[in-house]
Amino acid sequence: MHSKAPWSLKLAAGLGLAFLHLPILLIFVYAFTTEEKSYQWPPPDFTLKWFGVAWERSDVWEALTLSLKVASISTLIALVLGTLCAAAVSRTHFFGRETISLLVILPIALPGIITGIALRSAFNLAEIPFSFWTIVLGHATFCIVVVYNNAVARFRCISGSLIEASMDLGANSFQTFRYVILPNIATALLAGGMLAFALSFDEVIVTTFTAGQQSTLPIWMLEELVRPRQRPVTNVVAVLVVLMTLLPIIAAYYLTRDGEHSAGQGK
Amino acid sequence: MTTLAAPAPHSRLARLSDYLWQHPKQVLIAMLILPVLWLGVVYLGSLATLLVQSFFSIDEFSGLIKHDWTLKTYQELFVPANLDIILRTVVMSALVTLASAIIAFPIAYYAARYAKGVWKALFYIGIMLPLWSSYLVKVYAWKLILAREGILNWIFTTLHLDGLLNVYLALPVVGGSSLSVSYTGTFLVFVYVWLPFMILPLQAALERVPTSLLEASADLGASAWQTFRHVLLPLALPGLIAGSIFTFSLTLGDYIIPQIIGSSRLFIGQAVYMQQGTAGNIPLAAAFSVVPIVIMGIYLWLAKRAGAFNAL
Repeated sequence: MHSKAPWSLKLAAGLGLAFLHLPILLIFVYAFTTEEKSYQWPPPDFTLKWFGVAWERSDVWEALTLSLKVASISTLIALVLGTLCAAAVSRTHFFGRETISLLVILPIALPGIITGIALRSAFNLAEIPFSFWTIVLGHATFCIVVVYNNAVARFRCISGSLIEASMDLGANSFQTFRYVILPNIATALLAGGMLAFALSFDEVIVTTFTAGQQSTLPIWMLEELVRPRQRPVTNVVAVLVVLMTLLPIIAAYYLTRDGEHSAGQGK
Repeated sequence: MTTLAAPAPHSRLARLSDYLWQHPKQVLIAMLILPVLWLGVVYLGSLATLLVQSFFSIDEFSGLIKHDWTLKTYQELFVPANLDIILRTVVMSALVTLASAIIAFPIAYYAARYAKGVWKALFYIGIMLPLWSSYLVKVYAWKLILAREGILNWIFTTLHLDGLLNVYLALPVVGGSSLSVSYTGTFLVFVYVWLPFMILPLQAALERVPTSLLEASADLGASAWQTFRHVLLPLALPGLIAGSIFTFSLTLGDYIIPQIIGSSRLFIGQAVYMQQGTAGNIPLAAAFSVVPIVIMGIYLWLAKRAGAFNAL
């Protein structure tokens, strides 16, 4: 790897990255525009007023609170179920092991609309009323895979001899779990949990099917997208959402970074 | 210490621990019971109830679901209007996948082969951020960009190229009264939103290509293009296929993007949404949602044969 990249490759990669990032940056500019009736470019003038207006909006607060609650509980459920699955799949070989991994991946491999409509028709048939818990049920289902993927990768790195050594030294299963396994998988779980949180916080397709009258923040955004009521407030909320998903992603990156260095035998 | 202390009487916890150690099967079952109940019963059960309903039909007069086994609903899929929807979605998915692959390749290749140290981290975050940032915010950004008074039109006007844009918009299929209500707009947003899903597996595959092979190819007199065509591309193919699974499947099932940016012509996702919602025709909605499942099933089967799963 001594050669330098040809300029055409640099240019194409740079343009590609610009294509990925400029649109999001544009929203930051729009959050400060004084224009409220259209998406006029360039903005006629800049103001901070919309941040104050958005702050006063109770519907935004309600949607935000609901999204945070749903994301927290779904993440917790996904952490428990995802870790259990990962532990079972990586520690033992049993009949149907492949099926379990397929089962975990299915909710995210199938288009969201299918998961959504399937859950909705099942709720209807079982006469379960739509509520906070139906949203959580949908979200947890597709969040499991994120936790599972992170945990499986980490379990693969823990050598079995570590656990045997712990047992040989007299620790029981619970002590081994508490003092040997948990510290080893903690960062992977935290990273998986953060990604699951980001995934749930942002989910809209399944939510449109499993939510009743409540609106999560993405549902609120969707309504504004289809029927814009107050564009500047939407701009501010969009900026807020970008910043809120940014933090867990960067944190998750730093948490799993070391693991990836040690696991980089593939290179 | 003259005598060895007798082993401490086993506490209840320790006894349980011993029991667990001796009965790995029970432990396995205990570990799997919750996830399997959740995914296998709740989720697969829901999917099954949906699929079963595609074999029912709707009574044309009363609008009620008739619970008799029939393939009538599937026949409805082959009505020209519905066939159009399926064809349109598949063509769009294929084009989006192709464009994503072309745009993703240089990014993934640079990140895999040339980026080092800080740049490597920046590239990684530069790909992960758009991947994980809000789907709706991304769509919203394009609503701003493609709006008639938005930045894209402004750029074209400032560069005095608005004539060119109008010529393009006047074209049949790809054009429309403005970019935000054209297939081109829908296509751009799809590519934008799913591009990171192509970059990541592609990059993973490219990182596994040994540099020595590329150097050998060059030493043996191959041009850059020949090396790309005959060495790099075949080795990157599993990654490309893995990425295409995401871009293809995600486009196939999406109903929000074409609803917000696009013409009023329907895609499969929108058809499912409409049939189950306003139209109240759950059997047809179910039959429609079988289409992406079948297409992805075939796609995955082909991908597996091409060995794409090792690149995931």
